[in-house]
Amino acid sequence: MIKKIFFIIFSFFFLITSLFAEEKMLLKKQNWSFEGIFGRYDNSTLQRGLQIYQEVCTACHGMKRLRFRELQDLGFTNDQIKQYAKTFEILDGPNELGEMFMRPGEPSDTFVSPYKNKEEAKTTFNGAYPPDLSLLTKTMKNGPDYIYSLLTGYEENLPQDFELTDGLYYNPYHDGKVIAMPPPLYDNVIEYIDGTNASLHQLSFDIVHFLNWAAEPTLQERKSLGLKVLLFLIVLTLLLYVTMKEIWSWIEK
Amino acid sequence: MAKKFKNKTLAWLDYRLPIFSVLREALVDHPTPRNLNYWWNFGSLAGITLVIMIVSGLILSMHYVAHVDLAFDSVEHIMRDVNYGWLIRYIHSVGASMFFLIVYIHIARGLYYGSYKSPREVLWWLGIIIFLLMFATAFLGYTLPWGQMSFWGATVITNLFSAIPLVGDNIVTWLLGGFSIDNPTLNRFYSFHYLLPFIIVGVVFLHIIALHKVGSNNPIGIDLTLKKEKIPFHPYYTIKDFFGFGVFFIIFGIFVFFLPNSLGHPNNYIPADPLVTPEHIVPEWYFLPFYAILRAIPFKLLGVLAMLGSILILFVLPWLDTSKVRSCRFRPIYKQFFWIFIFNFIVLGWVGSKVPEGHYLIISRICTTYYFTHFLIILPILGMFEKTLPVPLNIFKNPRVKKNINK
Repeated sequence: MIKKIFFIIFSFFFLITSLFAEEKMLLKKQNWSFEGIFGRYDNSTLQRGLQIYQEVCTACHGMKRLRFRELQDLGFTNDQIKQYAKTFEILDGPNELGEMFMRPGEPSDTFVSPYKNKEEAKTTFNGAYPPDLSLLTKTMKNGPDYIYSLLTGYEENLPQDFELTDGLYYNPYHDGKVIAMPPPLYDNVIEYIDGTNASLHQLSFDIVHFLNWAAEPTLQERKSLGLKVLLFLIVLTLLLYVTMKEIWSWIEK
Repeated sequence: MAKKFKNKTLAWLDYRLPIFSVLREALVDHPTPRNLNYWWNFGSLAGITLVIMIVSGLILSMHYVAHVDLAFDSVEHIMRDVNYGWLIRYIHSVGASMFFLIVYIHIARGLYYGSYKSPREVLWWLGIIIFLLMFATAFLGYTLPWGQMSFWGATVITNLFSAIPLVGDNIVTWLLGGFSIDNPTLNRFYSFHYLLPFIIVGVVFLHIIALHKVGSNNPIGIDLTLKKEKIPFHPYYTIKDFFGFGVFFIIFGIFVFFLPNSLGHPNNYIPADPLVTPEHIVPEWYFLPFYAILRAIPFKLLGVLAMLGSILILFVLPWLDTSKVRSCRFRPIYKQFFWIFIFNFIVLGWVGSKVPEGHYLIISRICTTYYFTHFLIILPILGMFEKTLPVPLNIFKNPRVKKNINK
């Protein structure tokens, strides 16, 4: 009887919940290799993502938490990384004369923003500010799917009665359906070094993969350690259970 | 007087400082009811979680910097550069959620089996004090990463103090160390976040002293008088607690290693920005039922009082519940109200995560009213009129053997 009443109450509760569910754009769910308990990053996808970031995103976005030396995870050698870091100009100083100077990058440097400060960036983009990408996929629910949907979700044909201000773009996945970032990716916006066909889907998929790695470079280590820890704990707990049963059988009835 | 130790050095030291006999009394010999079920595991689970939180917090504090310009970066430094920093930090942030989950179950166990009734009122009070201290500690700790939710959550909660008549605004300024949340606020929050866990440890000791004075309640809820009804804590309950730790660590591990951010708000990975208010400010899940009560009431001061009252009412619960029978097993009607109360509490938590408008506001008001009705009306009246089932004389007897407790 009580169970029946609870069943009714709970189904009523879930009915209400579903009725109140807000209308939202369904994200284009992708099959990410880093999801799930065996989740791993894919090196060639990451390398393509790095290429996109470098050739497209760096024009506006920094990644100040990502150090060049972390590119080791993508399968680059130390020498390759040193060479790569040297291609960046880093502001350093002051030197003994009290002056700031530019020097070639080192593996411990990060991908800094192309703008001197937030204000300069804002002036360039009519008040909108290109966020730092280091943690981007962690800053929202279902981050990877959301960014993928956003990057592939620009529409040129506006719905009826929709007024678009100059300098804004229509994207139904963004809050308020407008976004200040012009469509950054389109078919063949870059030519992949490894010869992969640079379709919009491929480009968006690769850059999101890369961004998720940048936001959480320890994911692989975390998941593989997690499997070992859990396996150990399960065996230990089973042994503890058996021991408990044995000890409790000593009590006289 | 406790038995003497055979080892002469131990006996010599124990005669002068009785730590060994106290420990032996508490962890080895302590006579414990033999019929405790798995719901009695949650006390020791809460204890081990407190230890995990203090140890992981200690390590985090070696790398954390309490400064508005550096706090967020130092947390990311822990996540990326410190060896296994990500592990320590996820243990600490997931651990807070686990701690609350366990303590909520521990409290629900007390409500179901009437563990707050005489002679365990003081034990119950100490538990509520721990619960309140945990709230304060968790709130202060959530501010430290200095993300968007940290900043705006702290803004909303400290703002509650401005509801105090006459001196409210002055109190807020005094708490914040300025006119808005800034570096002095972060510094004092860090200081108190470091202090409070040790105060919790102190109250936990009192909680355990009170427990050992009056003894554990048990699922039947009767006072145990026979010697045979009790067994020594070790090895029976030590091994049972260890098994409980194992099961708990598996669940803890699943969250730490595979769902570390599922319990937190993603907005907190955006550095705090006093100029950008998040669309929807919500606290962590464990605050939500009380947050719902706060917002269900249109007047700020009354809302704050209702929120405080919803916890403080637990202090008088031993006298609001007029029934002499402790355990729900022999209270068929209260048992149903207990489950309705739990359901109501979960709905409060759910509605606390929504914007308080329209249907959500109505639901939160109904649930808040019911929350207080349960304590202030249902419990006192039920104890007087409920026909309880016959309570057994001891744990070996068939429960149908009558013992009239309700004289």
